[in-house]
Amino acid sequence: MITINQIIKHYDKTKVLDNVTTTIPQGGITSIIGANGAGKSTLLSIIGRLLPADAGQIHVANMDVATTDSDKLAKYISILRQENQFNNRLTVQELVGFGRYPYTKGRLTTEDQQKIAQSLAFLNLTELSHRYLDELSGGQRQRAYVAMVLCQDTDYLLLDEPLNNLDMKHAVIMMKLLRKAADELGKTIILVIHDINFASIYSDHILAMKKGQLCYQGKPVDIMQSAILEDIFDTPVTIKQIDSQLIALYY
Amino acid sequence: MQNVNNTLEQKARSLLPTQRIALLGGFALLMMVIFMTINLGSNLTYILWHRGSILLTMLVVGFAASVSTVLFQSVTHNRILTPSIMGFEALFILIQTLIIFFCPITTQFWLFSLIKFSLETVLLVGFSVVLYRWLFALVHFNINMVLMVGIILGTLFRSASALLQRLLDPNEFSVLQSRIFATFTRAAPELIIMSLVIIVIISIIIWRKRYQFDVLSLGRNQAINLGVNYSQAVTTTLLLVSILVAISTALVGPLTFLGLIVANIAYLITGSHQHRYILPIAFLLSVIALVGGQLILEYGLNMAGSLSVVLEFIGGILFIYLILKRL
Repeated sequence: MITINQIIKHYDKTKVLDNVTTTIPQGGITSIIGANGAGKSTLLSIIGRLLPADAGQIHVANMDVATTDSDKLAKYISILRQENQFNNRLTVQELVGFGRYPYTKGRLTTEDQQKIAQSLAFLNLTELSHRYLDELSGGQRQRAYVAMVLCQDTDYLLLDEPLNNLDMKHAVIMMKLLRKAADELGKTIILVIHDINFASIYSDHILAMKKGQLCYQGKPVDIMQSAILEDIFDTPVTIKQIDSQLIALYY
Repeated sequence: MQNVNNTLEQKARSLLPTQRIALLGGFALLMMVIFMTINLGSNLTYILWHRGSILLTMLVVGFAASVSTVLFQSVTHNRILTPSIMGFEALFILIQTLIIFFCPITTQFWLFSLIKFSLETVLLVGFSVVLYRWLFALVHFNINMVLMVGIILGTLFRSASALLQRLLDPNEFSVLQSRIFATFTRAAPELIIMSLVIIVIISIIIWRKRYQFDVLSLGRNQAINLGVNYSQAVTTTLLLVSILVAISTALVGPLTFLGLIVANIAYLITGSHQHRYILPIAFLLSVIALVGGQLILEYGLNMAGSLSVVLEFIGGILFIYLILKRL
């Protein structure tokens, strides 16, 4: 479980998170939605200890993320930001191998090699494992990054817009893989996601943010209502039910 | 079948990183043997002693320039900035100038070069760690900002040194001048030995952290995600880097671009991202550049130029190329 208690964050004088308090249950996929600049990525970064909060506490599995050793946290929580620019030329396998650093500090054991192979197989990357990242398509590269955080074998995975730059097909593949990781491996996955319909169909919980505040939270069926979405995004939205799935039309 | 052929072909073409290190190591060793034995002449003891001290100086400086640059670039997540470009050496020269300016050389105290060296090193390391640590935090590790501020700081340090040097007594100025132009032939033996000791200690520290540097070079977010205490790691690295720069500058003076050249060639030819391979290769490259360059200058060009000038020229071109490539 992740408990978020009265988190406040400013960038210079702009308040980007205003007293955010909630709990994220263990297991399943939780999506954070909201307009640009609502504070979604900032909240995710603070949970993943990439940014310090100005006030408030966050506990992941009963550990305060601000005070617990980063080294220890790395075995419980992993975070993947959107922009991953590497100067080094890495192969997929080398990248995924970094996921084992919290455990064996760089010297890969046979057990590590197994975990790496499992993560690669889970994301269908086995055949590409010796390719360099700069030789991959955007979708394949995104899968390699996810394989790396999966290889870190943490209970909690925080992913900032994992569908960014993915076409229809690869976005669906990615969401199915994340669903599989939550269902089969028991991971707790928290996503920042822009596509409201992906959030509706694939997540168990939705947190909606507006202007730095958490304004709605609940199951997709609770959030996928035109009045609520119009309030979150400030734009007209109609909701249609198609094959028991709630789809938002805002085009 | 074609696939199999391709992979076989790739294997034949690509040597393992360890084999590359062995090859370069052999080449560097050959250079050193030639350097020590060519044109020996009659006064054997003197010549060997003289060349030995030059060779040791080049090894120390080669190590300092290559290792400090690679570590600095890994921790700042870039391939253009080097400690020298950021003004570390300019700061060191400013400190030396200040010392001569305020404590005249006739004072008995300054004759003990070891004490002087230690004091200067402590001053430089202290200043640079505080200054650059603060600078990086201030601009949130935005490399373009760091580059800009660093270059401006470097210019500020150089101008301040120049101003003070004009105010110096001519005798003191000549002493200072002999220190701030790069030459490989004037380092005092006790300084070389002390530098060697420091370098052995630093090598052990770096070797123990070799995997941590791999993680640091992925950038701040990934490093924190993988459990590295980032702010502590950056401070430690800047500390090691500034000690290395202090040693190199104290021994031979500023060599702005040597580190940039060898680090960037090392990234290209190592065939791995791991520091346990990149660091030795960068070191061997700098030994080859320094010893080989000295050989060519002495015997090919009859001492028609200075090694540091040639290195600066090539390095400057590379620097401009790297900047243009980024734009």
